[in-house]
Amino acid sequence: MRVVIAKPGLDGHDRGAKIIARALSDAGAEVIYTGLRQTPEQIAATVVQEDADAVGLSILSGAHLSLSRKVLACLEVQGAGDVPVLVGGAIPPSDIATLRAGGVAEVFPTGSPLADVVAAFLRYDRERRTT
Amino acid sequence: MSEKRGLTTPSGIPRKAFYGPSDWNAAAYAEQLGDPGAYPYTRGVRADGYRGKLWTMRQYSGFGTAEESNERYRFLLERGQTGLSVALDLPTQLGYDSDDPRAEEEVGRVGVAVDTLEDMERLFEGIRLDEITTSFTINATAAVLLAMYVAVARRQGADLKRISGTIQNDILKEYVSRGTWIFPVEPSLRMIVDTIEFCAKEVPRFNAISVAGAHFRDAGATAVQELAFTIADGITYVERCMARGMDVDEFASNISFFFYTHSDFFEEIAKYRAGRRIWARLMRERFGAKDPRSWAFRFGLVCGGSTLRAEEPMNNAIRVAYETMASVLGGASSIFTAAWDEPFAIPTEESAQLALRTQQILAYETGVPDVADPLGGSFYVEALTNATEEETLRLIADIEERGGMVPCVETGYIQQLIANEAYQRQRRQEAGEEIIVGVNRFRTDGVARQLQLFSLDEASAHRQIERLRAVKERRDEDGVRAALDELRSAAFGTENLMYPLIAAVEAYCTLGEICGVLRGVFGEFREPIVV
Repeated sequence: MRVVIAKPGLDGHDRGAKIIARALSDAGAEVIYTGLRQTPEQIAATVVQEDADAVGLSILSGAHLSLSRKVLACLEVQGAGDVPVLVGGAIPPSDIATLRAGGVAEVFPTGSPLADVVAAFLRYDRERRTT
Repeated sequence: MSEKRGLTTPSGIPRKAFYGPSDWNAAAYAEQLGDPGAYPYTRGVRADGYRGKLWTMRQYSGFGTAEESNERYRFLLERGQTGLSVALDLPTQLGYDSDDPRAEEEVGRVGVAVDTLEDMERLFEGIRLDEITTSFTINATAAVLLAMYVAVARRQGADLKRISGTIQNDILKEYVSRGTWIFPVEPSLRMIVDTIEFCAKEVPRFNAISVAGAHFRDAGATAVQELAFTIADGITYVERCMARGMDVDEFASNISFFFYTHSDFFEEIAKYRAGRRIWARLMRERFGAKDPRSWAFRFGLVCGGSTLRAEEPMNNAIRVAYETMASVLGGASSIFTAAWDEPFAIPTEESAQLALRTQQILAYETGVPDVADPLGGSFYVEALTNATEEETLRLIADIEERGGMVPCVETGYIQQLIANEAYQRQRRQEAGEEIIVGVNRFRTDGVARQLQLFSLDEASAHRQIERLRAVKERRDEDGVRAALDELRSAAFGTENLMYPLIAAVEAYCTLGEICGVLRGVFGEFREPIVV
């Protein structure tokens, strides 16, 4: 499986993104970590270029609603609307449903166990391969 | 239940069941400890501890527009906060104006938006800058914010020799963690030396830099790594100032430090005591400082951060209280206690007040601050202080063998050490080897309670953009262009940038325009991708 882990927006807190990237690569995935301050367009382009099976966004600034929406829109525009988007970070419980209703596949607020995050990525990968 | 709890500190220093006279050489008292206020300051930088002056209670806050933040500052000051700590939004930290497309959705979100001098004036409306000390968590754009602060102080008629405060201004750690870098290493260091030189000359009571380990720590570093990386950064800044030809005693007292206090109580206390001793000796023996003020390792700190958890979030208030006590026993000069709801959002008035009360109860009800360094001479604390010092010096030597912090940051070496530690730590926590109450032990699976969280007034970004437009319409465009041209040629040269920066902010050039000029001259840092 190929996964893009991305830091959209201006937020520089990358501890979570790096931990997830490493856990996924320990689980056998090929992980492309984008580094900081990626625009939604850049992230979508990376997903297309790398032919990724899933993309994880890490956002701790509070701008997760709009940034996720924009990444989803850019993926659609660039023809990768079927790639599942998973979002993690400092996300208040009340925003989880909003994110999911907007098309985010899974939401992992801070404190989510690594095993759950890894399992979700692997599950989406399997689903994509069987459909 | 039998478990192998506590056989080492989280930094890996072995920990015995008890300590005795053989663990500490009391005969080395004068050399290793000294009384509080005496070299090498292991026991604190002040002879009377907190008797003469308590630590500064400085809650990091700011959001939305300058007015909204000003209101929160007054709220905190009315409740007994003794210093201000300004949180700035990400566009301000990264040199983008509020109307920049890259700033969309981020304006006023994690801090207050400052685009022009007018915002800085409104931020301190009704607050005299010569009566309060202010700390700014600002790095890549620190010189610009300092220029604005100085300009506001002048307009208030304050004596620059009397105003005091801190800009974080520590770019090296931004490349490693936290991530608000703009320019490459060399021009960034030049601007830092410019600010230190400027403060030493013009605003002598201002801390031109707060060398911060806190963000290494929250990114995953151990206490020992936090201390070692911070001191190694401090060495770099001192060397750069001396290379400019400054005398060490001219600027050393403008340097302060900033840390995270995490949960291991005695390890944190030992970290601060070891830090004071290491820095005092470095300044005196290696850099030849003669003024005792130059030897003093003064630091602020924050309690909370990554030790706070989203599960059973009220537990965070208890964690912060213990961390605060360790901080006071460690001799902090200023403390920020994070609110229990930090894992979710910036604090509400209610949670911010509880966080401040945590410090005040410790200060006024417990008697803890009444005696300087009350743990001095404890077999355990002294042994742990010595071990922490030893490990820290070993790590600093490793960094220096690799050419010092600059190459270690540019190649991603420090980033890798921290990422390794963060990953291992996560695994230990998830395996239950490191216990977190209510998370991996005694976990409750009850329904999450309805939290009353802060939410930003979404209209405030619009108000900020409108205000910026109004300033641009009012200002003298010729003056703006002239000031920016002046800044550009100064940036190409070697003169101190603080003077043209002050002229630029006084002409109401925006932060984005100023940083645009500097980006044009200096370029941008390229991040090494390390996982």
